[in-house]
Order: sequence, then structure tokens, then C-alpha cells
Amino acid sequence: MRKTSRRSPYAEGAIASLVLLILFLCAWQWGPGALAIPSFIVPPLSIVLEESLRMWQQNHLLFHTGVTTAEVLAGFLLGSLLGAIFGYLLGVSRAAEIALSPYILALQIAPKVAFAPLFILWMGFTIYPRILVAILIVFFPVMVNVLTAIRGVDADLINLVRAFKATRAQIFWKVEFPASLPSLFAGLRIGATLAVVGVTVGELVGGNSGVGFLLSFGEGQANTPMVFVAIILLTLIGGLVYFLVAAIERRVLHYMPAPVFGGL
Amino acid sequence: MMSRLEFRNLAMEFVKAGGRERLAALEDVSFAVLDGEIVSLIGPSGCGKSTLLNIAAGLALPTHGEAFVDGEPIRGPNPHIAFMLQKDLLLPWRSIAENVALGMEIRKNDPRETKRKARALLESFGLSGFEAQYPHQLSGGMRQRAALARTLAVDPSVLLLDEPFSAVDAQTRIILQQELARTLKNARKTALLITHDLIEAVILSDRVLVMSGRPGRIIDEIAIEIGDRANPIARRRDAKVAHYVARLMDRLGIGEAAEGTTRDTTRGDA
Repeated sequence: MRKTSRRSPYAEGAIASLVLLILFLCAWQWGPGALAIPSFIVPPLSIVLEESLRMWQQNHLLFHTGVTTAEVLAGFLLGSLLGAIFGYLLGVSRAAEIALSPYILALQIAPKVAFAPLFILWMGFTIYPRILVAILIVFFPVMVNVLTAIRGVDADLINLVRAFKATRAQIFWKVEFPASLPSLFAGLRIGATLAVVGVTVGELVGGNSGVGFLLSFGEGQANTPMVFVAIILLTLIGGLVYFLVAAIERRVLHYMPAPVFGGL
Repeated sequence: MMSRLEFRNLAMEFVKAGGRERLAALEDVSFAVLDGEIVSLIGPSGCGKSTLLNIAAGLALPTHGEAFVDGEPIRGPNPHIAFMLQKDLLLPWRSIAENVALGMEIRKNDPRETKRKARALLESFGLSGFEAQYPHQLSGGMRQRAALARTLAVDPSVLLLDEPFSAVDAQTRIILQQELARTLKNARKTALLITHDLIEAVILSDRVLVMSGRPGRIIDEIAIEIGDRANPIARRRDAKVAHYVARLMDRLGIGEAAEGTTRDTTRGDA
């Protein structure tokens, strides 16, 4: 016998997702005890929650979270802006691509997080080196996505508008730019998740503000719950930026047939 | 009658990618399409039909010879000509009305007039009520109609149609052919139609030109003498169609090629 489900796949998926979350939280709360894992290795959920309350009261948790969020947003915005500008520039001009691509590739291959100590030497223990690392990391996925999209625009589409006597600027604004938007947003989604990596590395290397600072502080104190709280907060900050991008994408690409990745 | 589109001794050579070898795509192509005429171009794949179309659209310059539209030499894209391809090439981020307006918008026509014209054209193609829809919401036939409306919107004197209906299903194709024939007649437009469909070439055209394999040359010209060009459905029923199609098949060597494969299959079975 075959049972047909009346619920939509979305509702079904959402319920399953919620069940998984509850299972995970339960495992986290009671798993370590059941497996005799000491709480300085994996602290149960309740201890982590208590720790976050303590940090709120004694460690200016809100301030540090605010600093990190601002750094992530600044790094993400500037990095994607630069990435998009270079992507379009290189996409429109073959000469620029040939001239600049070896250097951009070299910078791409270099591990960006390794620049963090250098930037701190230059700019001190401020927010700027962290933003700079984030900019560097966000830059490439956005640039590469835009460049590939511009190169991939259907040649017949370009010929169509050329036959209408379109100027170079018209070809760009009426065809190439809008055609690149889905790829641009795919790049921005990746960039959103990477911005928080850049900022965290910058904060870990030095300074006395930001969630990354709390993370290394907790580590120094052998305070495992504090480390857990910091990791969760960093994940939430990254998620916030990602959802912002996804929300804007849904608005801008409203003409696209179906949302990708389960509507995220 | 004056010729709208004329090719004089066109030849086109391409340099093969990487090598120094040259590839001749067209050789000494000369013909004219007269005012109000529909001429079809038929030939084997790779015979340079699309190259010819690109030259006419001003997107490519011939190696030798010259092309003229309305008596002016074609040196680049120009307002006398618009083309339509097998792919509808509708921009997915523009509504149907905005897509139809694309050419007029690029030419910086008055926005209000552009809107009005797009609306009127969509209405004449039975697309009223779909102005605000996006291309992915329409069927293939409707999208080709919108593409044709966009081509007509810039009011070209010559339309270049490159296999415009080869991507739609057979029944929709018959309907679209009918609409195209009526529209071209009513608007008194001149058209050069490239197609692989021999029947389509015969029932839509005043004349059919046959091209050879690469390098493409014009090897035959057939004047279609069946009445009422604006009604291809009626033309399709005419007994003379079979005669024209047979002649086209002979000229293209289609019969012989098929004979060869049939014989081979029989041998394989035995």
C-alpha cells in the first residue's frame, strides 16, 4: 500500500529540521554525562547557557558581539564591493583581465589569514586589521563569480542588442549586469560566510575586543563553556549576514523561477 | 521593384583557431531580396547561412564583396535590419512588455510611445494580459511570439529570421507560421528566412534559394508559384508543395543520402 502525504515538502522538511534540532540539543545536554565526558571537554547545553549569562553580566558580551558584528558587516560590504568592481572591470575588458589576473591569482593563492599579523603590525590592535582580513577573504569569491558570469553571457544575447545598435554602456547595463546578478549573489552568499572567518582570525591574533578575543581569553582561562559561547555567537553573526544577503537576493531576483537551497 | 537587401559577390573566410589555415565559409554569394518579398535560404548544416545573416545584421564584415540594405552599404548594425533566432533570447529579468520594448529603449525612443507600441504589438499577437509576466511563465510558442513582436517593434525594413520556429512543437509551429505570414504581409515587411524545414521554406516564401555545402554558394533558385503567401496553412494543402519539396531534396542530395543509409541497414539485418 502506498500512502500519499498531504503535507507539502516544505512543511515536512521544516518539521524534520525542528526534530533534528531538538534531538541535537538533547544529545548535547545529556550525551556528555551518559558517555562520561568531563565538562571541561564538552560542557552540556545548560552549562553553556549559564556561562553566556555570566559573560553577559561580567564580560561585556553585548559590546564584544557588537564590535564583531560591525567588523563582519564592514569587511563583507567593502570586500564584496571591491570584488564586484574588479569582477566587472575584468569581465568587460580582456586587456585588464590579462594584465591583472596573475597578480590577483597570486594574492588568491596566498593564505589570506596569514596576513593578519602583518596588518596588526601596520595598524595596531584596532578593528582595522580584522576588517582588512575580511575584505581580502570576501574579495575573491565575489570577483570570480562576477567575472565568470560576465564571460558566460550568451553571445547571441549580446549580438541581439548590438544589432539594435546598443552602445558599450547599454550592453553592460541592459544585458551583462542583470545577467550577472544570480552569480553575484551566489558569490555574496559565500562571502557572507567567509567574512566572519576573516574577522575571527584577526581578533584571535590580538586585541582586546570582539568575540574572537573572548574566544582566546576563554581558552587562556581553560574555560571551555566560554569558548563554546564564543563559537556559537560567531556562527550566529555569520548566519545573520547570510540571511541578510538571502533576503535581498529574493527581492532582487524575484523573476527567478524557484528559490534555490530550500528557500534559504 | 527596389531591392531591400542585396548581397554582391560576398565571400567570407575565417582563420581557424590556433592555426594559420583559412576556412572559406561563403564563396561568391550574390542575390537580392525585393521590397515586400520573403526569401528562404536552405542548405546543409555549416553552409554559412548564419554567417550570411551576421553579415546582413552588420555583426560581421565579409572578406570580399558587399552587402546593402535599402541601397546603403552595411558597415555595422543599422536601424534597417532586425533579427530573430531559434532561441527566443528574451531577457529573464524583464517582463514580456519590457522585453518587447528592448530595441526601442536602446534606440532611445519616447518612453510613452514605446510602452504604447509594445502593448499594441502584444495585443496583435494574442498576448494581451501577459505584459507583466516574465518569460519563464510563458510557453515556448508565446515566447517566440514575444520575440517576433520585439523584432517588429523597431520597425525594420528587413527581418532576418534564423530558424525562428525550429524549437517549438509541430502544431504550434504551423500556427506561428500562419501568424508570421499574416504579420509580414500586413506590415509589408521584407524578410530573409533561414530554415532547415523544406515545407516551411516553400509555404512561407516567394522564392527559395538553395545553398551548397561549405564554402556556401547559391546553387539554385526556385520561385514558389502557389497563391496567397499570407496563408501558409492553405498553401500547405496545395499539391504543388510536394513538387517543390522534391526539387529541394534533389538539389540538397537528401534522397541519395537516405538511400545510402537504408541500404546499409538492410545489409546489417541480413
